[in-house]
Amino acid sequence: MNKSRAPLIHITKRKTMPWYCAWGVRGAAIVAALIACAVVTMFMTGENPIAIYAAMLKGAFGTTRKLWILGQNIAILLCIALALVPAFKMRFWNLGGEGQVLIGGLAAAACMICLGNRLPSGLLIAVMTLASIAAGAVWALIPAVFKAKWGTNETLFTLMMNYVATQLVAYFVIIWESPKGSGKIGIINQTTGIGWLPQIGGQKYLLNILVVAMITVIMYFYMNYSKHGYEISVVGESERTARYVGIKVERVILRTLLLSGAICGVAGLLLVGGTDHTITTTVAGGRGFTAVMVAWLAKFNPVGMVFTSFLIVFLGRGASEITTIFGLNHSYGDILTGIILFFIIGCEFFINYRLNFRKSAGKEAANV
Amino acid sequence: MFDIVGFIPRAVVQSIPLLYGSTGETITEKAGNLNLGIPGIMYVGGISGVIGAFLYEQSCKGASMNGFLAVAIPMLFCLVGSLLMGLLYCLLTVTLRANQNVTGLAMTTFGVGFGNFFGGSLIKLTGSDMPSITLSQTSLFFSRKLPFAERLGWFGKIFLSYGFLAYLAIVIAFVCAYILKRTRTGLHLRAVGENPATADAAGINITRHKYIATCAGSMIAGLGGLYYVMDYACGIWSNDAFGDRGWLAIALVIFTLWRPNVSVFASILFGGLYILYLFMPTGTNLAVKELYKMLPYVVTILVLIAVSMRRKKENHPPESLGVAYFREDR
Repeated sequence: MNKSRAPLIHITKRKTMPWYCAWGVRGAAIVAALIACAVVTMFMTGENPIAIYAAMLKGAFGTTRKLWILGQNIAILLCIALALVPAFKMRFWNLGGEGQVLIGGLAAAACMICLGNRLPSGLLIAVMTLASIAAGAVWALIPAVFKAKWGTNETLFTLMMNYVATQLVAYFVIIWESPKGSGKIGIINQTTGIGWLPQIGGQKYLLNILVVAMITVIMYFYMNYSKHGYEISVVGESERTARYVGIKVERVILRTLLLSGAICGVAGLLLVGGTDHTITTTVAGGRGFTAVMVAWLAKFNPVGMVFTSFLIVFLGRGASEITTIFGLNHSYGDILTGIILFFIIGCEFFINYRLNFRKSAGKEAANV
Repeated sequence: MFDIVGFIPRAVVQSIPLLYGSTGETITEKAGNLNLGIPGIMYVGGISGVIGAFLYEQSCKGASMNGFLAVAIPMLFCLVGSLLMGLLYCLLTVTLRANQNVTGLAMTTFGVGFGNFFGGSLIKLTGSDMPSITLSQTSLFFSRKLPFAERLGWFGKIFLSYGFLAYLAIVIAFVCAYILKRTRTGLHLRAVGENPATADAAGINITRHKYIATCAGSMIAGLGGLYYVMDYACGIWSNDAFGDRGWLAIALVIFTLWRPNVSVFASILFGGLYILYLFMPTGTNLAVKELYKMLPYVVTILVLIAVSMRRKKENHPPESLGVAYFREDR
């Protein structure tokens, strides 16, 4: 008799799961995560979970102003995530979104400060746009060149570039600080408003939302229906195949990262020129990293990313409302976001793999 | 004149958290796991130690503290806290085969939030006016120096003026280097990181090696957080004070080409670069100091480029770094 026993659980790869099943699993994970969060919050505050969720909804949707802030935050996060998508699809782990946004913002701020009195506002905005896009693109191109030529590890390279960018911004913040000695720049061109992006219909955030919506649509078609998008996915699946079919891999890497950095630059422009009108080292606020998760959770699908960025921003806004109402520390939002991310990250396993439990010997024989 | 005797001890105390972090990350990466959660884990290690110390200080209010317990309790808390983070990372990336970059970043978000949340809550509990917790009594035990260090002049100042955790960091780094390079366990570990399929065929338990290496790495990194709070910061926890040292530790791993023994010296170099701006005669020009702070990262980038250009096999990152292993994959 065969002594060795089959393992209790045997894991096999699934072929493909129908999309509705996959989204069902993800939905279940989110529900489970929300329950876990409620339990943790109950433990912390002693409130009942319904009150907690009501507070979260109120924090995100409570007033018109809160709705606009929600929209603005979603737009910026989505913009950065969209920028990362082409690179990720190519298996180029661009963790440098943070730095690329910062540099884009820095370029916009530089134009606003140095050219503010010399150019008319319309022309200045055009120059700012070009400068931000170019700055972001160059910042992403540097790691790409080394990756394409020598295979330098891009994950670590782009990560380091973030901090170089942060320090560069810190340097210029001190150079341009006003009033002197305050350690910050303050609102640029506050009286003249030169170089501020125009407000549509009197709404401060509407332009940003429209621009990002446009980028989303363009990115969807670029990734799915263009030759470039196809080349990117071939390079991502197998570099050797790509070479074999005559795709110039180096060129695809450089081109894609130019695009990736350029969109990050746009995000920087929107932040500095559109909403903040100033620059600090925290203008990106960790969104370069959050965007990685947004993009990955939606499986790099631009339309899915609208939902994942909504989810993450909603949680953040909701959690910050909880913290003010129940008197918790503002970092509580990070904990909740972390818990939910762990659940969603974990659930991908059940989409990609199947668990086969050991059947009892009798059943096995009957099946054979 | 450049004050070298003053500079080196300060560079060393800066370097110890980096050394812990990079040693932990090195053994994790050698097993093929790119743990970008290290910054978060170091926060968790730090705050867990603070919670332990806080509870102990509260429990013997007024009474004199037992030196052994004052050190052992925070250390135990710290190790358990960072072990749990390591287990979470392993559960997600090894057992559930999730993407390591995403998991790591989520862990960092969670860990930093965890640290700041409990830090903030403890600050509220103590009801102090300052946004920080002071555990100076516990800190005294951690930063106790050798009694004769004072009497040995510059020699004592440079080599003997640190708390015991600093020496422990150096010992751990050398032990890890020895294990990785010279023992069978280390060989197995490296095999798992380079090519898990081959290692698996040779009968090495991939899952167990990855779990043990990553959890041990997390615990070592967590001690870095503990050292920072208890020794470097004199027992004062304030939110976000730990800063970006976790990322610097990851940079250090690349800089040393995955060698903990080199890391002992490289971390002091990094520590020196980190505080160089304090010693440079920049006068009133504050802006230039910000550029000096860029140095560790720029140096790391240059090393990364140089390594990839030289194409020397043993200098490369572990072959399967960042890739989950599934036996039935082709």
